[in-house]
Amino acid sequence: MVMNDPSLAGPGAVRPMTVRGRSLWGDAGRRLLRNKAAVAAVIILLLVVLACFVGPLLVPYELDEIFWDAIMTPPDWAGGHLFGTDANGRDLLVRTLNGGQISLMVGLVATAVSLTIGVLYGATAGYLGGRADSVMMRLVDVLYSLPFMFFVILLMVFFGRNIVLIFVAIGAVEWLDMARIVRGQTLSIKRKEFIEAARAGGVRPVSIIRRHIIPNTLGPVVVYMTLTVPKVILLESFLSFLGLGVQEPMTSWGVLISEGAANMESSWWMLVFPAGFLAVTLFSLNFIGDGIRDALDPKDR
Amino acid sequence: MRNFRKFLTCAGLALALTLPAAASLRAEIVLKRGNGAEPESLDPAISTGVPESFIQIDIFEGLVHPGPDGTLRPGVAESWQVSDDGLTYTFKLRPDAVWSDGSPLTAKDFIYSWARMVDPATASNYAFILWPIRNAEQITKGEMPKDRLAAEAVDDHTLKVTLRAPTAYFLQMLMHHSAYPVPRQAIEKFGPEWTRPGNIVTNGAYTIQEWVPQGHIKAVKNPRFRDAASVQIDIVYYYPVEEYGTELKQFRAGELHTTYDVPQEQIPWLEQNMADQFRNSPYFGTYYYGINVTREPFKSNPKLRHALAMALDRDILIKQITKGGEFPAYGWVPPGVPGYEQQQVSWAGTDQKTRVADAKKILADAGFDKSNPLKVELLYNTNDNHKKIAIAIAGMWKQFLGVETSLRNEEWKVYLESRNKKQFEVMRAAWIGDYVDPYSFLELLRGDIGEQNPAGYSNKDYDQAADKAANEKDPAARFKLLAEAEKTLLADMPIIPIYFYTQQHMVSDSVKGWQDNLMDWHPTRYLRVEK
Amino acid sequence: MLTYAARRLLGAIPTLLVILTITFFLIRLAPGGPFDGERTLPAEIERNLAAAYHLDEPLPLQYVRYLGQVLQGDFGPSFKYKDFSVTQLIWSGFPVSLQLGGTAMLLAVVIGTALGAFAALRQNSGLDYGVMGAAMVGIAVPNFVIAPLLTLVLGVHLGWLPTGGWGSWQQMLLPVLALALPQIAYIARMTRASMIELLRSNFIRTARAKGLPERVTIFRHALKGALLPVVSYLGPATAAVITGSVVIEQIFGIPGIGRYFVQGALNRDYTLVMGVVIFYGVLIIVFNLLVDLAYGLLDPRVRYD
Repeated sequence: MVMNDPSLAGPGAVRPMTVRGRSLWGDAGRRLLRNKAAVAAVIILLLVVLACFVGPLLVPYELDEIFWDAIMTPPDWAGGHLFGTDANGRDLLVRTLNGGQISLMVGLVATAVSLTIGVLYGATAGYLGGRADSVMMRLVDVLYSLPFMFFVILLMVFFGRNIVLIFVAIGAVEWLDMARIVRGQTLSIKRKEFIEAARAGGVRPVSIIRRHIIPNTLGPVVVYMTLTVPKVILLESFLSFLGLGVQEPMTSWGVLISEGAANMESSWWMLVFPAGFLAVTLFSLNFIGDGIRDALDPKDR
Repeated sequence: MRNFRKFLTCAGLALALTLPAAASLRAEIVLKRGNGAEPESLDPAISTGVPESFIQIDIFEGLVHPGPDGTLRPGVAESWQVSDDGLTYTFKLRPDAVWSDGSPLTAKDFIYSWARMVDPATASNYAFILWPIRNAEQITKGEMPKDRLAAEAVDDHTLKVTLRAPTAYFLQMLMHHSAYPVPRQAIEKFGPEWTRPGNIVTNGAYTIQEWVPQGHIKAVKNPRFRDAASVQIDIVYYYPVEEYGTELKQFRAGELHTTYDVPQEQIPWLEQNMADQFRNSPYFGTYYYGINVTREPFKSNPKLRHALAMALDRDILIKQITKGGEFPAYGWVPPGVPGYEQQQVSWAGTDQKTRVADAKKILADAGFDKSNPLKVELLYNTNDNHKKIAIAIAGMWKQFLGVETSLRNEEWKVYLESRNKKQFEVMRAAWIGDYVDPYSFLELLRGDIGEQNPAGYSNKDYDQAADKAANEKDPAARFKLLAEAEKTLLADMPIIPIYFYTQQHMVSDSVKGWQDNLMDWHPTRYLRVEK
Repeated sequence: MLTYAARRLLGAIPTLLVILTITFFLIRLAPGGPFDGERTLPAEIERNLAAAYHLDEPLPLQYVRYLGQVLQGDFGPSFKYKDFSVTQLIWSGFPVSLQLGGTAMLLAVVIGTALGAFAALRQNSGLDYGVMGAAMVGIAVPNFVIAPLLTLVLGVHLGWLPTGGWGSWQQMLLPVLALALPQIAYIARMTRASMIELLRSNFIRTARAKGLPERVTIFRHALKGALLPVVSYLGPATAAVITGSVVIEQIFGIPGIGRYFVQGALNRDYTLVMGVVIFYGVLIIVFNLLVDLAYGLLDPRVRYD
């Protein structure tokens, strides 16, 4: 079998792993800067972030300011509503930018939470194997099955309305997929010879997981992470439905997009602008994700 | 016309006999109705919602029944007499009334059905609808056996009912689905599954042939219905389409003849592009905000409640936000009750500018100003329309009065709990009357009605006027008493009326006989489909 | 492997019991009950309702009663759709959801892996960017946007396909498409990523160096290995997709069971929620088991002790 090819087993496969440690991220950074698509994406993403966090200060309207004679009007450069207005006569530009603050934050924090828990949990379960793996993965099965909505409703009832809860609620469910993917990769990696070698060399399990397993699962992890971001951003609008998400007059891209979807035939601008911002963000993240993945790829050195 | 149809039917049958494959040539007339939601149940004693009632109105018929215009007509009862004290009703039942299985429909069926309705073991949500019948309430409360219900079969076709008080709206109430007869023969045989196709026995114009949960219900004409000859549509499909946007698309694609509702945000578009098939008419409902009067600052200051009500510009709200042609509400009972004089708040005659000025003064008198603004939390259940209205009203309060409103949306059941436990300051709500009578609205704000009271409101004068009206058998005097109660209510302003509802439907050009009415009743038996 | 599978299935029983128990108490903690509505009922009527559904008994007793029922295969009557039992509702809706979701998932796996593999083989080419760009659109545009858009254009304006309903193959096209699009995108992206990684790895280099035909290298070795993360994703995703999507079902008026997960919860229909949660739990366990077994087939290094 090719999979047992001796070229994997040689000392050469172990060496770069043991000395890599400190220089991994530095190297990766340098490689990332050489990737033009990724650099462009970083710039675009920074522009979006800047627009969302600084932009609202430059728009001469308030988030909750109602223009009674401009309800649901299309974009109008002369009239001052560049993105048009919503069903309550509020400026859509300032709402889209403000909504971006929430969505970007949710995307970042909730994804980070799910990434951290998922990777650590999955790698541990996969590496330990046997009974520990079995118990840990059954717990994942249980969490998959529990009714998410009741979890959210109860979070709100017991802890009140709090933006932190959004991250908790989303992070708590989104790590499950990640954990399963990482565990699957780990099961495959841990039989590789360089892991066996490290173990034989007396390296502690925690170090093996941290220094050898996790870096080798990063490829699919980074890609799955870029897929998680849109999921959590849209999930947030569902939380709003249950009363846990952002409260009016605050808003988010998810909420704006679902409002826009209901009005797509009569008021296209209500859908197109927030959806456009979301799409641009996701495209950039995607290229950045690919760039990071390439840069981190230990096999590519 | 009818003969021609018969001829067609015969011709079709003849063809079908000669050409088995062409059986479908017999042109069965089909109506496809969007019906809002999957029915909870088709059992009239169990169901509570409007979609169910639209099906039940087609498959059952009560003693009295709505005509095509929604007004009361004789149903299974061909006539009735009311005693002078207004306490005894004697119904004469049609001798030719039968169930769809051919068995006769008699006075005993009604007694069985009503006793079942109020029986605690049935656990019917709407049992209280029949409480005006003597002993009914005690039966539901488990204080009396169910055979004590004061309804008596004088003979097979004479039903005598005794009430606990002269209830002027009793006949109106008999149009409610709770008062329909149910088939004892099927219920005793099939238990909880008696409403299934194959098991169900009905006495209305239609009977159920297919039921795919969340898919559709198919009803076919009941040939034994007493007036079957006048029923034009052979087959009705009810589709439980919950998304109004989806329903409208299906209507536009020709997959539905009528819709349950339309998406609120598309009304202007419909008025422009599909005006001939768009129906918009008054409905017996009020959209309002309840103020929690058990809490300060509203508890001891009714004026403050008025200030919030006055600063709310209903015309702008209806024209710019809801856009459904609703009617600005300055009273609690919607218009349309024959003989009842509509009541209005004292300031209804002034213009909006004056109202805002007066409201500002009230706020200033109460010690609220820029440095110490009145802060209000507004609770609403998650829904795009409620959200839009809440945002607009919060905007008005802020802009006109400087009131700072924070919005709080909750999922329906959580919202209900907050509302019942009075954990809110101001909350949105709506009420739709069960029968065309002011009391259907006024009952809600009685001090002794418990959690249902949306404001925690209690006023002895109000309750006394309502009690007096309950024992008054002269309709005009009764309405006067009720109007007095409403006046008291509007002076206290525990609720802010916002608008009176309208109802919207799409009705295809090919559907004839559809008459808009206050209760939104459109029995299929009065409709026709023309090509 | 057989003994492993048998052991896992045996282990499913305590897992399901945990799911059942937590859910049973979790849903009763949420505010609001199944019979709360716009009209607050008189206390006596509420009492009658509670008694009829045994909600007046102490919780532990209700739990034991429910457990006993479930062991006999009876999930009780739905609290909301009172003319049907939970079992009847699930068996009426699941074939529809399965047909819809199964078709969509099959389509997604075939198209997704093919697109992902092709894009990986032509990394950084126009084809790669095109496919991945399309995939990003599939991910970025949510269901509740794409589905009404499809019905509006293809159903209402062009009149080519029915906008909703269930029964004919024409009625299946749009919902399957709407359901499959994001899954295609997910699978394509994941396949591409791990494929690229594997194509660079030593053993593929070796295989190429050994002169194995490119087709064999790619399909037997690269693609097989690349499917590992995809398969991890597929387990839970398939369980989720074949149990229906509330958005798709509502927009297309499809009588599946997806809506019961959301509406059962919104209605506090305790028995229906319990029923679908347990049903879903069984599917999750089965599919995750299949995934774990698939690991062994895709990568002989994976062993279960």
